[in-house]
Amino acid sequence: MRFLLRRFGFYLTAAWASVTLAFVIPRLMPGDPATAMFARFRGRLKPQALDSLRAALGFTHAPVWKQYFQYLSHALRGDLGVSIGYYPATVGSVIAQALVWTLFLTGLAVVFSFVLGTLLGLASAWKRGGWLDGVAPPLLTLLGAFPYFWLAMAVLFLFGFQLGWFPLRHAYDDQLTPGLNLPFLISVSQHVVLPALTVVVVTVGGWMLSMRSTVINVMAEDYVLFAHAKGLPEMRIVFHYVARNALLPNLAGFGMALGFVLSGSLLTEIIFSYPGQGYLLIRAVKSLDYPLIQGLFLTTTFSVLGANLLVDAAHVWLDPRTRG
Amino acid sequence: MKALLENRKALVGLAILAVFAVIAVIGPWIVGDAGEFVAVPLAPPSLAHWFGTTGQGQDVLAQTIAGTRSTLLLGVIVGFLTVAIGAIVGTAAGYFGGWTDELLTLVINLFLLMPGLPLCVVIAAYLPSGSATIGLVLVVTGWAWSARVIRAQALSLRQSVFVSAAVVIGESPLRIVLLEILPNMTSLLVTSFIGATIYAIGAEVGLEFLGMGNIGAVTWGTNLYWASNDVALPSGSWWTFVPTGASIALVGFALAMINNALDELSNPRLGAERAFVRATGRKRLEIHAPTPVLRTVANVRR
Repeated sequence: MRFLLRRFGFYLTAAWASVTLAFVIPRLMPGDPATAMFARFRGRLKPQALDSLRAALGFTHAPVWKQYFQYLSHALRGDLGVSIGYYPATVGSVIAQALVWTLFLTGLAVVFSFVLGTLLGLASAWKRGGWLDGVAPPLLTLLGAFPYFWLAMAVLFLFGFQLGWFPLRHAYDDQLTPGLNLPFLISVSQHVVLPALTVVVVTVGGWMLSMRSTVINVMAEDYVLFAHAKGLPEMRIVFHYVARNALLPNLAGFGMALGFVLSGSLLTEIIFSYPGQGYLLIRAVKSLDYPLIQGLFLTTTFSVLGANLLVDAAHVWLDPRTRG
Repeated sequence: MKALLENRKALVGLAILAVFAVIAVIGPWIVGDAGEFVAVPLAPPSLAHWFGTTGQGQDVLAQTIAGTRSTLLLGVIVGFLTVAIGAIVGTAAGYFGGWTDELLTLVINLFLLMPGLPLCVVIAAYLPSGSATIGLVLVVTGWAWSARVIRAQALSLRQSVFVSAAVVIGESPLRIVLLEILPNMTSLLVTSFIGATIYAIGAEVGLEFLGMGNIGAVTWGTNLYWASNDVALPSGSWWTFVPTGASIALVGFALAMINNALDELSNPRLGAERAFVRATGRKRLEIHAPTPVLRTVANVRR
């Protein structure tokens, strides 16, 4: 419990730091968002509008610490302001719709890739020097060298445009009503295949290689030798003695890498016009929707923090030493 | 260095890298102005234009070559700066320990946890677009990875006898870090630099692809930006994005291979197993066979 509480404290600090960062960055930069937007709408806005725009974005004439506390209290209540691109919708409501799809796509792809990579790493380390151990690492290193979004483009081009096996964009067929009916669910799963596939292909190599090296270390431990001496079946040794112990350092790396993987999958969403956070992000950048950009930064960071908390819970479940 | 040249992985990596380095240096002089309109837009590869033309009628080969210099240069600069900052923060945390370490580790972990791309976009959205902005943004979001590994290494070197001796003699901390600690982690610094460069190239291309760079310049990222904006996919023009993507992947792969080879050199066990299995003609190592440490296994034949 103490372990989880300490981690929770760290995530709270991280949450506070990211909220503060979202406040500080715009104020460190030359100019302010209101002026930038004003310049963009050349002549179509009256000068008086500039002041109200500033006020709407939280750039008041009040001293900075006052602005900061006002901003914090808004953020605590989940009030992220009003989106400019999707006016009059609030940033919160716009993001909420997109967040579901990102969590679905990224969650699915990341978990699948981690499980697959871990199993492959286990297998290749168990039969070190075998064919899997010879072929997979260099091949997956090469695939991992491609940028996510490029692989997404290639996959979309090949299976979407040329072969026509999978739908080209969005998360489901527009003509269907979202809900728990069979045609909708089928459409959703058809749409998720290609984006998820790209994320899996790029990331699986990393999980495999790190699992392989920890498994090799764990296999040299005395308790594994002892398990063999007891005559335990090989499968039991692999999963209960080796895999469980080798998984621990890998799990910690998994939490660390989540932010990186999420960044890549945001780019993948853009290629497939998948209506998640990444797609929203590019729309927000193009329309200079500053409140939305900030809101997206906060929600993606919070998703990563939440996912890390889950990873820690899994850590506690796997490792009795943390339960003390 | 000699050992590095005898390693097959390192040779492959260095060879690929050398080709791109040459292209980066002399490329822009050979192809001239890559932004020039030369032929019908989206023409497939032909003898006149080996890689076809883009949606704006520019030569794809020329654009790929012209993009090499700016992309690699920015990647190397960002890679160097991230490792430099990582080394300063990492050695400070590892050397001083105590609350300095606690505080710096907290900051490192915070930056590691934050998803890089949204943070990049937030910063880049407020700055004038261009390569300087992209470089700055990548350094800000990327330094924590190298800081983490360098801190761990500095922490263990801090406990070594020669550092204790230097402390007892009364050397200044700066001198100890520069002359005792950093030279003893050269291989770590080199691998972090290569890793950071791989990250920088990928992230740079990603940001430019989003249109956050200077879209008028010719870089690998902007090539892909234009490819995705000019109906290249629906019209079946695979040649507009394949050459650039393949170049990025080749550079990344070459750097990763060099890194793997460096790992093998510092940890001979990694490569020895396959050499052993091949030399003895077995299918695989027995589970309990100790990891062979010999590199030349000619005399271990069955």
